[in-house]
Amino acid sequence: MTVQLRDLGPIDCDVHPPTPRMAELLPYLDPHWREVMVGRGIDGLELASYPPGSPLTARPEWHGPDGRPGGDLEMLKREVLERWGVRYAILNCLHGAMAMFSEDMGAALARAVNDWIAKEWLDRDERFRASILVTPRSPELAVAEIERRASDPRFVQVLLLAAGETPLGRRAHWLIYAAAERLGLPVGIHAGSAFHQPMTSLGWPSFVVEDYVDQATTFQHQLLSLIAEGVFTKFPRLTVVLIESGVTWLPAFLWRATKEWRALRSEVPWVDRSPIEIVRDHVRLTLQPVDAPAEPERLAAVIEELGSDDLLLFSTDYPHWQWDGDDALPPGLPERLLSKVAVLNPRATYRRLAASEPEESVREESVARGIVS
Amino acid sequence: MVRHVVAPVAEIPPGGRKIVSVAGRQIGVFNVGGEFFALLNRCPHQGGSLCLGERIGLVLSDEPGVYRYSRPGEMLRCPWHGWEFDIRTGQSWCDPKRTRVRTYPVAIEAGETLMKGPYQAETFPVSVEADYVVVEL
Repeated sequence: MTVQLRDLGPIDCDVHPPTPRMAELLPYLDPHWREVMVGRGIDGLELASYPPGSPLTARPEWHGPDGRPGGDLEMLKREVLERWGVRYAILNCLHGAMAMFSEDMGAALARAVNDWIAKEWLDRDERFRASILVTPRSPELAVAEIERRASDPRFVQVLLLAAGETPLGRRAHWLIYAAAERLGLPVGIHAGSAFHQPMTSLGWPSFVVEDYVDQATTFQHQLLSLIAEGVFTKFPRLTVVLIESGVTWLPAFLWRATKEWRALRSEVPWVDRSPIEIVRDHVRLTLQPVDAPAEPERLAAVIEELGSDDLLLFSTDYPHWQWDGDDALPPGLPERLLSKVAVLNPRATYRRLAASEPEESVREESVARGIVS
Repeated sequence: MVRHVVAPVAEIPPGGRKIVSVAGRQIGVFNVGGEFFALLNRCPHQGGSLCLGERIGLVLSDEPGVYRYSRPGEMLRCPWHGWEFDIRTGQSWCDPKRTRVRTYPVAIEAGETLMKGPYQAETFPVSVEADYVVVEL
C-alpha cells in the first residue's frame, strides 16, 4: 500500500509541527505581551492533552535531537513530505493559546502562533498549509483572528479543541462558524482539552490513558451538540472535520442518534434530516488514529457502515505514535477508497487547496496518477 | 372492499377518536376538525398501538430557535417509541416514503342511505335520523 499511497501524492490532513517555545514566539508578540511573557516566565505551553514525554505524543524516532516531539522543519520534511510524497501537509499546531482562560492573552498567543507558522513553516516549503488557531473563549476575538489570517490562502481551516468551555453547538460559538462559512474554511475539531472541564461527564479521571480514550466520547458530545443545536441548519455550507477522533465510534453513534431523533425530533425541529444525512453532508474525519478491530479484514465492514466514501481524509498524525513502520494507511482499508481518502476527499473538503492549483493541471495530473480515470 | 359502519358521527367529536374492531383488525378512527380518518392501530415500526398515542401538533423550523407550530392535533405520536405520524396520510414524519401506517377510506353516510345497503354494522343499530362513520376495507 505504501507505494501506491506515495504515487498518488497524498494530502496529509493532520500534521503537528513542534509546539513553539516562548523564545520562538517572542518576535511575533507585541511589546506588551513580550514583556508579560518574559516577566512572568511563561513557557512550556504544550497542551496538557499531549505531555511532551508521553509515548503517545511522538513515535520514538520522531523526537528531535533535543527530545522535542516532531523535531524540526527538516525532520518533518523528511519524515512526512518526502516519505509519503505528500502533496500538501496541513499543519495543526497544538498550542496552549487555544486553552487560555484570559481572552486577551489567548488571542495574543494565537496570533503569534499563526504568524510564526506562516513565517517559519509556510514560507519555507510550498507544500505546507495550516489551520488558524483561535481563542474560542472570545468568539469576537476568534473571528478577528480568522479574518486577519484568512486573506492568506495557505490557511485552510479554523482549529478548535474538542473540549473547551461549553458544548460547541451552543450559540455563543456561532460567530466563529459564520466567519468560517463565509470565508470557505472548514472548522477542524482536534482531540484535546483545554481542561476547563473534566474530560469525562463523571468528573476528573486520574490517568493520561483515561484522558486519551475519553476523547472519543468527547467527539460524540460535540457532534451531537452541533447537530442538535442546529449548527448545520444555520450554516448550510459549513464543514466540520473531526481530527484524531478514532473514527470507528461514528457508526454506533449515528445509529443511536438517528433512532432517538425519530422519537424526539419535535424538540429540535430545525434538525429536519436524520443525523446520518447531516454527517454525510457536513462532517469529515481524519484517518489516524483509527480504532480498528484486531483483524484487518474486519475494518472494511466498519467503514462500510459510514455509508459514504466521502468522509475519510488521509492523515499521518505526525508525530503522534498511533502506528508504526511505513503503513500510514491502516491495514484493511478498502482499496477502492485509496484515491478518495488520499486526494479527492481532502481536496473537496479544503476547497482553498484548489486555489493554488489550476483546474486543468489538476485534471491531467489526476489522470496520470490514476486518481481518476 | 366492504363498507363497515363503525360509529355514529356524534360519538367521535372533533379532536376525538375511537378504536374499532373491523374484520379482525384494530382500526383507529379520528375526527380532525370535522374530517374523519382511519388508521390501522399498529405502528409500522415495531407494532405498537399507534392509535392510542398522543395527538400533537406539527412543529417545524427553518432556523434554530424558531418553532413553527401548526396543525394542532393532526399528528399522532406512537406510545412505544415516539415516532410521529400524520393522521391525514399515515406517513411518518421522519421517513414518510418508507415508514407509513395503513390508512382506510372513511365516509360519512346518512342513516337513511345506509338503510338501503350494502353495509355492515356489527355492533349497533343504524337509525335513519343519524349520520354514521363508514370505513371501507
